[in-house]
Amino acid sequence: MIGRMGKALLRDVRHIQIVALSVFLVIQFGWIDFGATPAGVACALGACLLTQTLACRITGAPFDWRSPAITALSIALLLRASTPLWLAAAGMVGIGSKFMLRIDGRHVFNPSGFAIVVMLLSGAGVWISPGQWGTLVWFAALAGLLATLILPSARRADITLAFLASFGALLLWRARLLGDPFAIPLHQASSGALLVFAFFMISDPPTTPNSRLGRVVFAFSVAAVAHGLAFSEQVRPALYFALIALAPLTPLFNRLLPAPAFQWRPVALEGTGV
Amino acid sequence: MTRLASAVRRAAAAAAIAGQLAVGPADAFCGLYVAQADAKLFNTASKVVLARDGDQTAITMSSDYQGDAKEFALVVPVPSFIQRQQIGVVDAATIDHIDVYSAPRLVEMQDPDPCPPPPSNVFGSVSGAAFPTRGAAAPGAPRVKVEANYDVGEYDVSILSAEDNYGLLQWLKAKGYKVPADAAAVLGSYIRQNMRFFVARVNLDRMKLIGAGYLRPLQVRYASPRFLLPLRLGKLNARGAQDLIVFALTRNGRVEATNYPNVKMPSGMDVPLYIKDAFGPFYKAVFDKAAERQNRRPVFVEYAGSLGNCDPCSARPMTGAELNELGARWVDETAAKGAYVTRLHVRYDAQSFPEDIAFEETADASGYQARYILRRPFAGAANCPAGKAYRSALRRAFQTQADALAELTGWASDEIGARMNLTGQSLSSSN
Repeated sequence: MIGRMGKALLRDVRHIQIVALSVFLVIQFGWIDFGATPAGVACALGACLLTQTLACRITGAPFDWRSPAITALSIALLLRASTPLWLAAAGMVGIGSKFMLRIDGRHVFNPSGFAIVVMLLSGAGVWISPGQWGTLVWFAALAGLLATLILPSARRADITLAFLASFGALLLWRARLLGDPFAIPLHQASSGALLVFAFFMISDPPTTPNSRLGRVVFAFSVAAVAHGLAFSEQVRPALYFALIALAPLTPLFNRLLPAPAFQWRPVALEGTGV
Repeated sequence: MTRLASAVRRAAAAAAIAGQLAVGPADAFCGLYVAQADAKLFNTASKVVLARDGDQTAITMSSDYQGDAKEFALVVPVPSFIQRQQIGVVDAATIDHIDVYSAPRLVEMQDPDPCPPPPSNVFGSVSGAAFPTRGAAAPGAPRVKVEANYDVGEYDVSILSAEDNYGLLQWLKAKGYKVPADAAAVLGSYIRQNMRFFVARVNLDRMKLIGAGYLRPLQVRYASPRFLLPLRLGKLNARGAQDLIVFALTRNGRVEATNYPNVKMPSGMDVPLYIKDAFGPFYKAVFDKAAERQNRRPVFVEYAGSLGNCDPCSARPMTGAELNELGARWVDETAAKGAYVTRLHVRYDAQSFPEDIAFEETADASGYQARYILRRPFAGAANCPAGKAYRSALRRAFQTQADALAELTGWASDEIGARMNLTGQSLSSSN
């Protein structure tokens, strides 16, 4: 039975993402000050699932709880608010954008990223706490998340690796330019928020290019724009702004570099042995 | 901020306050403030006030410099040219006031008579703070442009720009500033980020004329999208661990560090009675232990609260004039409303905090205090069944307090037990 449950779990990488996001949330509840709250998670989940249900009813699309759940958990994890109701608003904005902002039959913006950017720009009582993860949690998370890369269902790990490599290289380049010691780019890269972004947000298959070349170029572009926003323009939540600003590149790349579209459920799990 | 957003925030704040008040007589809102742990406790502590409103920033640096005034010097990187009206001197008493106002506090509560209905108490008291010194620099060589020289109170201030860090280092050394050699890399980093340097030295003649007897805190005001605390130069002079207390003043919400974790100091525990006369060493031990547990990585939050209303107040409230003096110029001088203070405590050494600390103002106005509670047992007869139950519960309470103290401070349990005995809190079951 464990084997069958395991197979069901691994068949869809979203299950693993949900588990990982939930683990991060529990860490925040128990060990991190000024972090995510259960009330926030509840509001985000409620709003996302409700909005998804309503939208599916209106458009006739089949209802799947997994993607809205991931959007809700990501919002609750990354966005802080003076009251949990803002997270409900964020959830509605994110899921709403999935149904309303579409090109070529696909939504353009990663829902949680879009929700975060819109709420930050709206002047609502919300903010991002990039420093709250510390470094030990980061290392533990990295180890856990790297494990997900070896799973066959995570085929689009290339974008995560391309993004982390580009971002890291840019940090090292800046440190060299300024004559800063290695401790500084190391510290700048040791961010739990960066990891969550790399593994769960930029890797989101529906909003990233279908072709491998497209994904790598996209990853580098997001890293470069985020770097510029953070260091030249002093924009704090640079990662999310960069991702949302460059999101329209995805449909463009999909037209210029056609490749098979992503399916959440791959047709066959070749030789997984699980 | 939209009206809807403000309304929702106000409603949430009201709910939070109502929630706290509902907790009951054992809550921290009842009790007498009997002690405060100000920055003086920490021998090598600096105090910095950072006031931020949009892009407007005011940084006030306090120096409890004890040495020869001739040797004093301050070098601070600044993002733009600074005009004379952007510089000022601040009264040290004002900084001491905000220190005492936001310092970790000890609250004393009296256990009621378990037999008849109980009474309740009120509040009071506060204390002050202290600072360390900064490194200095000397003027000198070419490739350093002195963009301006100003007389500011007892200080001679220069605004420097440099194209070359070694040139700047030579210049500083030539003017008699003792700058460590590794300052070159840090200066270089700031130079390449197009920053200038605010350099201050003491003018001994004017200092005698002013007759204050000590070096007053300096304030620089500028506009910049960056909201950060330049630590890196100060770290170079650090011998071992240094403490830094930051008072961040904003309009609405708590300030947090965005590139380091923010950790709350433990708060709300009951502590043994003898701590009343040893609150300073107690808090110092609590902080030492917390910093050690976290490997000195985080920024510790000791206080966050709105300045307009404190009820109860652990110190006389800040006036509008004082807040203006500290750089919070959006505050009406007569009203003292509309400002929020966050007290952050950083312990850094040569290895920790490699980057300057970057801050942001959040929309979190829920408030936080590092607060410890003394419960004075009821001393009367209490000859009723409830009284007997109270006395046996007391023994358990004493043990809980002793355990909490050991956990917080790392002090030995035997020593704690012995000192508690002396103040009538016996841990032995024969009592």
